[in-house]
Amino acid sequence: MNRYELWIAFMTIVIREVRRFLRIWPQTIIPPVVTMALFFLIFGNVIGSRIGSMQGLPYSQFVAPGLIMLSVITNSYGNVVSSFYGSKFQRNIEELMVSPTPNFIILTGYIVGGMARGLLVGLIVSLVSLLFTDLSIFSPIIALAIILLTSMMFSVAGFLNAIYADSFDDISVIPNFVLTPLIYLGGVFYSTSLLNEFWANVSLINPILYMVNTFRFGFSGVTDIDIFWAFTMVCLFTLVLFLISLKLLSDSPRLRS
Amino acid sequence: MIKQKDSALTLRELSKLYENGFQALSGINLEVESGDFFALLGPNGAGKSTTIGIICSLIRKTSGVVKIFGHDTDIAFSNAKKMIGIVPQEFNFNQFEKPIDILVTQAGYFGITRRVALKKAREYLTLLGLWDKRDESSRTLSGGMKRRLMIARALIHSPRLLILDEPTAGVDIELRRSMWEFLQEINEAGTTIILTTHYLEEAENLCRNVAIIDHGRIVQNTSVKSLVRQLRIQTFTVDVKDKLSFVPSVSGYPIRKVDDHVIEVDVSSHQTINSLIVGLNDQSIEVLSMSHKTNRLEELFLKIIEKSESN
Repeated sequence: MNRYELWIAFMTIVIREVRRFLRIWPQTIIPPVVTMALFFLIFGNVIGSRIGSMQGLPYSQFVAPGLIMLSVITNSYGNVVSSFYGSKFQRNIEELMVSPTPNFIILTGYIVGGMARGLLVGLIVSLVSLLFTDLSIFSPIIALAIILLTSMMFSVAGFLNAIYADSFDDISVIPNFVLTPLIYLGGVFYSTSLLNEFWANVSLINPILYMVNTFRFGFSGVTDIDIFWAFTMVCLFTLVLFLISLKLLSDSPRLRS
Repeated sequence: MIKQKDSALTLRELSKLYENGFQALSGINLEVESGDFFALLGPNGAGKSTTIGIICSLIRKTSGVVKIFGHDTDIAFSNAKKMIGIVPQEFNFNQFEKPIDILVTQAGYFGITRRVALKKAREYLTLLGLWDKRDESSRTLSGGMKRRLMIARALIHSPRLLILDEPTAGVDIELRRSMWEFLQEINEAGTTIILTTHYLEEAENLCRNVAIIDHGRIVQNTSVKSLVRQLRIQTFTVDVKDKLSFVPSVSGYPIRKVDDHVIEVDVSSHQTINSLIVGLNDQSIEVLSMSHKTNRLEELFLKIIEKSESN
């Protein structure tokens, strides 16, 4: 395939992915927005007003970047894992596998599709958050860069999960039992400075802590961790997951017996 | 070199050993000429679908070479895939999408622009009687329509080689006939067609050449005509008027009694039906009717398989 044909194949996958999640918007767009609105209402306003400040910020301002990040992570991951596994389940993934579309285009197309949903939901959640708190931006470049990279990383992670999944149970195990705990313990609702030394150190092995803190830094200029290290780690994780996914797309007996 | 250019499909020593230890293919060699209408026959589990899966990159081969119009699938991956259209046995499209979207998306995977894809989609959906259904959810289509949709999808990038895995399985007779006509038309227009089928009448009516595969090996590879010529013995079921108290005997014709009014007779190609009836009449047996017991090709097919198993 020449470059133009590759571009058409890539855009075909992206457009198909975007149309898929827009077609089922009551399942893909509305629920996360409603959930986040409730989080803002309860943690930001009702409970947040009693908590006072965190890291020098009103609690609603402290919690907002974490909740936006939470919605981006879960939706980027969820879009790719459900779409790719759905294609495996219905066997329409074979439409792509018999085509000359190279594996890196297939993978990139799914990733961009996942990012599109994650960032769209993140944008809507950001707008909803303005109803509950004031969001000032300290560094738009850092905020945008980390949200894009995080969305990309979890899109690839969702792809990897979908390749390994043999049932619909398998695509809910990681989000429910790995992703959700990591997100909730990743500094979305609290600063690690509130933890004792042992748990604060344990928290440092949670990659989501770095993403949430970097994103919060983009809004408030306040962080618990080293920003440079956070970017390095997200880039490395994304690259490693991308390469593993590419290899599995080519060789995995779960796709080609 | 010229031979390779004329060959639509070349398989060399193609083998497949599944992870569970099942040897599905054991060094298959096969050549399908450009423009041919070729049948791949074999019992369930013989290796037909594995062969097709490997050709279409849905199954990884263990060893061997696959060439599509001279393009090695290991080397010229993209060029080889562009030349193949596949119609699988089971429905494998997104049942929640519309037929028009399924076709345009498939064209996109082959690098075809939306404008060109829409034009082609209209052409094939019209030819296959699905244009009126283009905007309906695919899951609402009948089984026959879904199968025609898969044919349209396989043709959307104008492949030179069309592979159909049991295309008329579960399809009613009328639709089967119309699909045969359609396939004959596109074959006459230059598309090479390979099909697997259990309906041996299908192979006999449509195909010029045939390979029979059994236990992962090609046990016969010839023209359909020459295959039929190999048929030496046909079995007839004969209904007789009066109750038979004994098994009749006619010299040179093996006869088996099925029940009191029915016998089965094997007739060799050099023997005549007349002599058989005269022989029965001589024993005061009056023939009421006579029917061919089995499809001739099916009989031959089973004999070849049995022979290969005994070897």
